[in-house]
Amino acid sequence: MDHPIKRDHARFRKIVKGKIRDNLKKYVSKGEMPSPKGDGTFKIPMPSIDTPRFKFGDKNQGGMGQGQGKPGDPVDGNDGDQPGEGKEVGNQAGNKELEVDLSLEELASILGEELALPKIEPKGKKAIQSTTNKYTSIGMTGPNSLKHFKRTYKEAMKRQIASGTYDFNDPRVIPHKRDFRYRASDAKVEFENSAVVIYMMDVSGSMGDEQKEIVRTESFWINLWLKSQYKDIDVRYIIHDATAKEVDEETFFKTRESGGTLISSALKLCKEIIEKDYNPNEWNIYPFHFSDGDNWSHDDTKLCLEILDQDILPASNVFCYGQVESRYGSGQFYKDLQQKYTESHEKVILSKIKNKDAILDSIKDFLGKGK
Amino acid sequence: MIERSKPLSDELSRIRDEIYQYAKEFGLDFYPVVFEVCDYDTINILAAQGGFPTRYPHWRFGMDYDQLSKGYAFGLQKIYEMVINTSPCYAYLLNANHLVDQKIVMAHVYGHADFFKNNAWFKNTDRNMMAVMANHGTKIRRYMERFGQSRVEEFIDRVLSIENLIDTNLLFETEELKHQRIEREKLAREEIARALDDRSQALKSFMRTKERNDRELDKNSSDQSDVMDEQLKTSIAEAKISYPRDIMHFLLNEAPLQEWEADILGILRDEAYYFLPQRLTKIMNEGWASYWHSQIMTTRALKASEIIDYADHHAGVMAMSRQNINPYKIGIELYRDIEYRWNTGRFGKEYNECSNMKEKLAWNKELNLGREKIFEVRKTHNDVSFIDEFFTEEFCERQQLFTYKYNPRTGRNEIESKDFNAIKSKLLMSLSNFGSPIIEVESGNYMNRKELMLRHIHLGVDLDFAYASDTLKNIYALWKRPVSISSKQEEQNIVLTFDGKEFKQTK
Repeated sequence: MDHPIKRDHARFRKIVKGKIRDNLKKYVSKGEMPSPKGDGTFKIPMPSIDTPRFKFGDKNQGGMGQGQGKPGDPVDGNDGDQPGEGKEVGNQAGNKELEVDLSLEELASILGEELALPKIEPKGKKAIQSTTNKYTSIGMTGPNSLKHFKRTYKEAMKRQIASGTYDFNDPRVIPHKRDFRYRASDAKVEFENSAVVIYMMDVSGSMGDEQKEIVRTESFWINLWLKSQYKDIDVRYIIHDATAKEVDEETFFKTRESGGTLISSALKLCKEIIEKDYNPNEWNIYPFHFSDGDNWSHDDTKLCLEILDQDILPASNVFCYGQVESRYGSGQFYKDLQQKYTESHEKVILSKIKNKDAILDSIKDFLGKGK
Repeated sequence: MIERSKPLSDELSRIRDEIYQYAKEFGLDFYPVVFEVCDYDTINILAAQGGFPTRYPHWRFGMDYDQLSKGYAFGLQKIYEMVINTSPCYAYLLNANHLVDQKIVMAHVYGHADFFKNNAWFKNTDRNMMAVMANHGTKIRRYMERFGQSRVEEFIDRVLSIENLIDTNLLFETEELKHQRIEREKLAREEIARALDDRSQALKSFMRTKERNDRELDKNSSDQSDVMDEQLKTSIAEAKISYPRDIMHFLLNEAPLQEWEADILGILRDEAYYFLPQRLTKIMNEGWASYWHSQIMTTRALKASEIIDYADHHAGVMAMSRQNINPYKIGIELYRDIEYRWNTGRFGKEYNECSNMKEKLAWNKELNLGREKIFEVRKTHNDVSFIDEFFTEEFCERQQLFTYKYNPRTGRNEIESKDFNAIKSKLLMSLSNFGSPIIEVESGNYMNRKELMLRHIHLGVDLDFAYASDTLKNIYALWKRPVSISSKQEEQNIVLTFDGKEFKQTK
């Protein structure tokens, strides 16, 4: 049995998770993203869950130290050595920031519970092969740790009976080396669902930093949820203004272009990517498009709807369009899509993201259908 | 459960015997010390539980364990040793320690053990705490089974909020005084006070519970006298607050608590008082232990081949910080300073009034009273009186101490002063009342409405009002009537009240 402190620890983790759930909105809207660590867990900064007590405020308190220096000299490190650390100093004990590690599943389940997200039902057949070893058969050789006692003794008894050395009055069975049997593995092929998310973002002049931040935060949480639902997940990024190109994640969130907007260019590229790499029968495809809703021309919008209708919608699980409010955007594209597909269309989800506080609701819009 | 710690190996036993011998030769006096060796995980568990292998279930221990484990995993911190104040004294060594480290640690532990046994503030602590803590755990677990874990845990959370509202003077109450007080209480409340005999704490707390039951029964059987009782009780609550700083005790007696709640409050109060002396003597205790590990190692136990490792370890422990006072460092230096001053006779009227600097510098009466003096000091002082009496201007200068303050203009902490008086008063301030604000009960029947009125004795530093509000909320949950505290904020008198729904501030 484990030490009882493990139970205290589990209890503590539970309280922490409850806290995160309560504050999820704050985390999401502040853009305070949990930072992923190498081992697949996420670090979440949290206000410490201290027991409240009567204690001194640290406003006029300061502190004491030991070392060389004269009045006016900085206490922390050398001048400007580690900026940003200075403020922590002088805190009384118990004021340290808590950092909690959560696994992807735990974090996703918090998101899922808070937004009441349904589990995604993958479409199509399971097409991606993966092999796992299962210990289902018996072999003649193997390590001692995998020795199969029952089978070993059975073999030994068989041999003894066959050779007439088995004595019914003294039923002792002694296995010889060749009687030994071991558990052995069989390779088993399993089929998995897999998914690809294709993010498209309008980076034309009208999309400012704040808009991009919203897209970044939202895509983080969407990825998180989809990752918890599929074993393997591909993420592709497309940016566009009047032309579109595929980029890596970093460029996706950093680039700022100017000029006009032809949404069709992105959708075209998206279509090509799907045709080239992702067979709709095998993949769950999630195209997400974020823009401020300004398209160059009415004709282009028409072209967009055409591509959507003929290529993208049939191939994907669901097409999501998120319109980030910006001072410059007219928001026309949303209206166009809404007119064409209405709210209740099976494969099109539209969502308006007014500001950072609306991110959580928008995530719910997108994922709430369980597609 | 698997044995998590094991006794010393042969080699360590030999080292232990050697160090024990030196400690005895130096005149250290301690209860038997039982050393156990354990791995880092176990030592983290023990540290999270305040040194005890069994505590009551609470998430806070899990939180501390979480942080200690991470600190260890990332190489930020390592606990070499733990020692607890019991008889026999239990000490845990980390199995990964280098042999030199084990030597240092053992010498250090004997220092602590001597301090636990001899310092006056520890005189009344229950040396049987290992068993008492385990019993507390059993009792609380039983309550959890009966009333639900969340409910009991929530109650514990609230009580922990007032864990620092205890009275340091009570550590020093003589048996006689205690007896008198109990007699008074007996008369006043017709309550059989907590027994003074040597029954174990657990039994006492059981008796407490039982008395409560009986009282409740009495109450039910005589409904008419209820009103009278209430009135009597109220007037008593108003009249007699013999230890206004022991708010835990006040609530235990006066708050409308269920029997199990009262029992848990009593348990947590006992534990708070058990840990209190350690909070009052951090500098003295660590300084004393460090003084002795240094003394034993450098004059006796150290081999030539171990010097570098020893120096490295010792320097690590003694490191000065520009942001905090290192109690080990200040403590050991103070003892050494005292020893030097009493060896050379640099104390008393004659020395202090000597104005000839040359003479003063060369002062040496060859009294050689130093060793004797520090033994006496470790017996009679706590941190506050230790600093007050022995922290001299010369010492302060030599130690390069300073105070610092946050400068909003530059956005960083800056050295404020190197002035002796400023430093000393700040140091004393930070130590007084074990670093907690002094809070007293003013009235349990404030405005004749059975409201609780607390009073913060303001000594120059404001309360953290965000914390104070949350604390009031928790006290309200125990008292169940409005709770107020009077204090000062930016030089202005202020009363903060929580009435169960909202906070009110009156100036």
